Amino acid sequence: MSQVVVVTSGKGGVGKTTSTAAIGAALAQSGQNVVVVDFDVGLRNLDLILGAERRVVYDLVNVIQGHANLSQALIRDKRCETLYLLPASQTRDKDALTEEGVERVIAELRTRFDWVICDSPAGIERGAQLAMRHADLAIIVTNPEVSSVRDSDRIIGLLDSKTVKAERGEWMEKLLLLTRYDHARAQRGDMLKTEDVLEILSIPLLGIIPESQDVLRASNVGAPVTLNNPTSVPAKAYMDAARRLRGEALDVTIPRDKKGIMGMLFGRKAA
Amino acid sequence: MKLLKFLGVRDSAPVARERLQILLAHERSLVGRSDLVAILREEILQVIAKHCAIDRDKVRVKMAKGDTLSTLEVDLEIRAPASGTIALAS
Repeated sequence: MSQVVVVTSGKGGVGKTTSTAAIGAALAQSGQNVVVVDFDVGLRNLDLILGAERRVVYDLVNVIQGHANLSQALIRDKRCETLYLLPASQTRDKDALTEEGVERVIAELRTRFDWVICDSPAGIERGAQLAMRHADLAIIVTNPEVSSVRDSDRIIGLLDSKTVKAERGEWMEKLLLLTRYDHARAQRGDMLKTEDVLEILSIPLLGIIPESQDVLRASNVGAPVTLNNPTSVPAKAYMDAARRLRGEALDVTIPRDKKGIMGMLFGRKAA
Repeated sequence: MKLLKFLGVRDSAPVARERLQILLAHERSLVGRSDLVAILREEILQVIAKHCAIDRDKVRVKMAKGDTLSTLEVDLEIRAPASGTIALAS
């Protein structure tokens, strides 16, 4: 049975697109049929993170308006053949999406893929609400920082009221993905700890992604970090999150670089 | 860092945590957040599950807010036991 997942946060810049690409790729790498859908109409970026920016011909808006069919708009990843992208339009705005159109496209994607992962735009307006509307499950991407936690709380409220599942009176499953986590800072008392964020938001934890240069390197070259450097710490954290999504009961550990003695002597960290 | 603590300088993370807890409690009450539905759902389920076998996926809890009246609708399927009657555990 196919699962529709929305990756959302309220706040911008916390890692929604990066996480959509990494988790989508991790699921596809384990043999699942995955489509990642960019809902950020007007400010698309998922194509860039996946390195498919020069292959976009048709987009979500074209499909919704009937100017192209799904097969024409879907872009297959060059490195992982079970991973597809449905890009957003760069020239239109969010009003180009209609509720019926989104419903039709999601229904069609459900018949073709095991996982439909919707990358939500930032904010709590129409675009974000359309992205979450048909989801079976939500991944709330949160940084351990006050404004991000507050916005996540708002988004949780919307997920419990504005989605089809909520309107039917069904339980909307929400999972926390804590990104840009810096264990050393949290230990020093300078950053909210995982337990703090979990207690405040009171939703289950999907994974902890450490702040890492591997994530930036991967986006520089246009590859999800799980494909670009599968043995790196953030890639492993995303792969574990993907396994949990598939129902495996894996303990969540705080991912850390294992530095050797030379690394400890000469390793430098920004900030 | 330890010296700062010794001098009475507070870590910033506990301050963040406290501020968030107070702020969100306030904001949730303003929005009339459907948190309540989630809490009711869990507690109602726990009570019923003590006595009957229920399928957690086949439970619907819905709250409708009107101007003068709000309604809470709970719709759930109870699995029929072999005997055809609902056995209540005492």
